[in-house]
Amino acid sequence: MNQTLQPIAEDLWTNETEPRLIGARLPSGKVVFPMPTGDAARDVESYPLSRKGTLWSWTRQDFKPKEPYDGPEAFTPFLLGYVELPGELIVETRIVDAKLEDLKLGMPMEFIVAPFDERRATYAFRPEKQS
Amino acid sequence: MRNVYIIGAGIHPFGRTEGRSGRDQGVFAVRQAMTDSGLEWSDIECAYGGSAAAGNADIMVNELGLTGLPFINVSNGCATGGSALASARNAIAAGEFDVALAVGFDKHPRGAFNSKPAEYGLPEWYGETGMMLTTQFFALKIQRYMQLHGISRTTLGRVAEKAFRNGEKADHAWRRSQVDLDTILNSPMVNDPLTKYMFCSPAEGAVALILASEKKVKEFGSDAVKIASVAVRTRPAGSFEVFAPAIDIDNGGKPTVLASNAAFEAAGIGPEDIDVAQLQDTESGAEIMHMAENGFCKDGDQEQWLAEGRTEINGKLPVNTDGGCLACGEPIGASGLRQVYENTIQLRGRGGTRQVPGSPKTAYSHVYGAPGLSGVAILER
Repeated sequence: MNQTLQPIAEDLWTNETEPRLIGARLPSGKVVFPMPTGDAARDVESYPLSRKGTLWSWTRQDFKPKEPYDGPEAFTPFLLGYVELPGELIVETRIVDAKLEDLKLGMPMEFIVAPFDERRATYAFRPEKQS
Repeated sequence: MRNVYIIGAGIHPFGRTEGRSGRDQGVFAVRQAMTDSGLEWSDIECAYGGSAAAGNADIMVNELGLTGLPFINVSNGCATGGSALASARNAIAAGEFDVALAVGFDKHPRGAFNSKPAEYGLPEWYGETGMMLTTQFFALKIQRYMQLHGISRTTLGRVAEKAFRNGEKADHAWRRSQVDLDTILNSPMVNDPLTKYMFCSPAEGAVALILASEKKVKEFGSDAVKIASVAVRTRPAGSFEVFAPAIDIDNGGKPTVLASNAAFEAAGIGPEDIDVAQLQDTESGAEIMHMAENGFCKDGDQEQWLAEGRTEINGKLPVNTDGGCLACGEPIGASGLRQVYENTIQLRGRGGTRQVPGSPKTAYSHVYGAPGLSGVAILER
């Protein structure tokens, strides 16, 4: 990860060697993302999400979105989808280090912090590297 | 509860009408509905209406007449028209009024809708990173559905092909020329697996419906269609909807299933009894999934249904006989009422070259939108 990039938002993922998305656990035990704000944040505890999951669905963004999209001026299509984190939730995410035709339902995915533009980073998942 | 009938239907052509505001298109539709019903504006006892992006409906009284009637502005996103219809119908069913208007209109800028995260209770980064697009939701939902239930890209194309074929025959449609399957499948990709021709576009248009009690139907001698039931429902826990940074791991119900079940129960009939259906087709995949969510077929059966033409105008269950959103475009406030307008046309046997054969007796309409709500109306002749 490029350490000089600023996170796109504060407290979106943990500041550790292997960062994790910050979700929340409700009093009922249910895990949610993102962390609720305002009155909805009462009695909610921070809950770092799993770094590994499986691909639930995917698509490619082929046109430059209107505002509030704030990506690089020169648009490059990007992949995104949902990754199921076992026992937690199914999170929407950018997908990096893959091509559209590589993506398959249920394939193992892992969390990564990836460049968003020249100065900011966002979160993403990528196909898990086979060791 | 008293029976309620549609006795007048009016529409301003969908598409793009330069120089005419959305509200003026609404006034056009109301006047057409009054002519159709044979009533005067002074006969209308109450009104419900709205738009998503073209202003309040109650200002229309400036053009239509200052009769002092109660006019309720409805602002309920994609269910604006459906909610106006439900409210107007309930006002008559409750016995408060005998003649009511439901009207919806809109006028949107070109290109995909853009939404502000704060209005949906979402953090700014969700929009900034390019994940807050309605088109993505539909692509993500059908992508998974295709994998699980064996739906092919050809079937997605067939839905659009049918829409443009039907739209060619509808005076009020926007896209009025046929597009062949290869062109649809090979047009530019918007969000894989959905191409440009598989998506509807934001548009303009207006629809007005005049509702009346049984007493007034007899008094006026109207060409009436009965509203058997109307149901509007919001999302249950665990559903997968537009603008969801995360989904509950326990996959739950769907607002469409809730609305559909409620409407069928109230009407006392089932999916097998429906002769013609208008189903929300924001894009090709939506029509396919909504066929199952509304109970008309099992998940995966759509592949065979489309191949055999069962949803064509002369098929077993004609779906989107005026070309739906794909051919008409989507003016949010008017879209749900367009479906009911088309069903009224079909049940009255006034469909011309797109008329469903065999004098259909029952018609079903279903609208779906952000942030997860559905409206269903069942009409009977």
